[in-house]
Amino acid sequence: MVIPLIIVAALLAVFGKRLADVSGGDDPRVVPTVLLNTPFPAMDLAALPGREFGGLSTADLKGQVSLVNVWGSWCVACMVEHPTLVALNREKLVPIHGIAWRDKPEASLAWLAKNGDPYARVGQDPRSSAAIALGVTGAPETFVVDAEGVIRYKHIGPITPEVWKTKLAPLIAQLRK
Amino acid sequence: MKRILSILAALPIFAALLISISAFAVEPDERLNDPAAEARAREVSKALRCVVCQNETIDDSNAELARDMRLLVRERIKAGDTNDQVLAYMVQRYGDFVLLKPRMTGETLVLWFGPFLVLIVGGFIVMRRLRKPAPAAAPEALSMEDAKALQEITNTDDGTQKDSAP
Repeated sequence: MVIPLIIVAALLAVFGKRLADVSGGDDPRVVPTVLLNTPFPAMDLAALPGREFGGLSTADLKGQVSLVNVWGSWCVACMVEHPTLVALNREKLVPIHGIAWRDKPEASLAWLAKNGDPYARVGQDPRSSAAIALGVTGAPETFVVDAEGVIRYKHIGPITPEVWKTKLAPLIAQLRK
Repeated sequence: MKRILSILAALPIFAALLISISAFAVEPDERLNDPAAEARAREVSKALRCVVCQNETIDDSNAELARDMRLLVRERIKAGDTNDQVLAYMVQRYGDFVLLKPRMTGETLVLWFGPFLVLIVGGFIVMRRLRKPAPAAAPEALSMEDAKALQEITNTDDGTQKDSAP
């Protein structure tokens, strides 16, 4: 008589914890990345024509801590995130590289002209080869890459000032030590 | 009657439509020329989860990322990868999540064998219950009136009991 009660109570505790996690912002649909603490995958992406800095290759990520932001001019959430990236770049807090995912170069350029261009390098990824190599499931996604070119964190969804302050900034400060 | 017949006649057409809809996530321009390689690509695609829609295979999904993954699968197959190598390539990037059928690892043992374990343990408990005879109800003490009535029935007029041993 007691054992079934204990089992039911344990199940309720497990379900309750999961529900609390979800309402606390832990999205069950978020796919965890298996690429943490592995070298940034090899890629050499073409530049957007006319930009000051070139395309993005794996070698460009060595030497200093940087962010790699996967975005597209078609992506609504990227629009939400963009002012934060522009502000981060204005304050020179960290170099931000972009991967223009599944986009036409002219559309990417027009979008940057309109909304501001916070990126150091931008590489084009018209066929998702870089996105798949990075295990990207949607845009925007942002990778924190350390000075050795190793992925240290992946943020899924828009970077907000809150995300920057609580997650990215402390991690970057720690990686720079 | 006529109406039912016409509905019945339309069923095969409807079924054909359904089949053709589900078969057309893979667009003609994606297909490989070699039928054997294409068959392998379909098989691999059916084992891979669309990471955008999550409950569809990339073979079924119309998402753009799924299309790019299908193209990548075909590229790898053309480059000479085995089916397992293609799957491993995806798993390396997306984790086990990308496989629709979970692999047997330490983490998924409960998933694979949990139901059987529950069945065996449950069956064992049920068997034990069934085999053990229901405990006989303890004889209840007679109430005062019943005892009196019984005495009246079993007693002979001379006050000795009928069935008692001599």
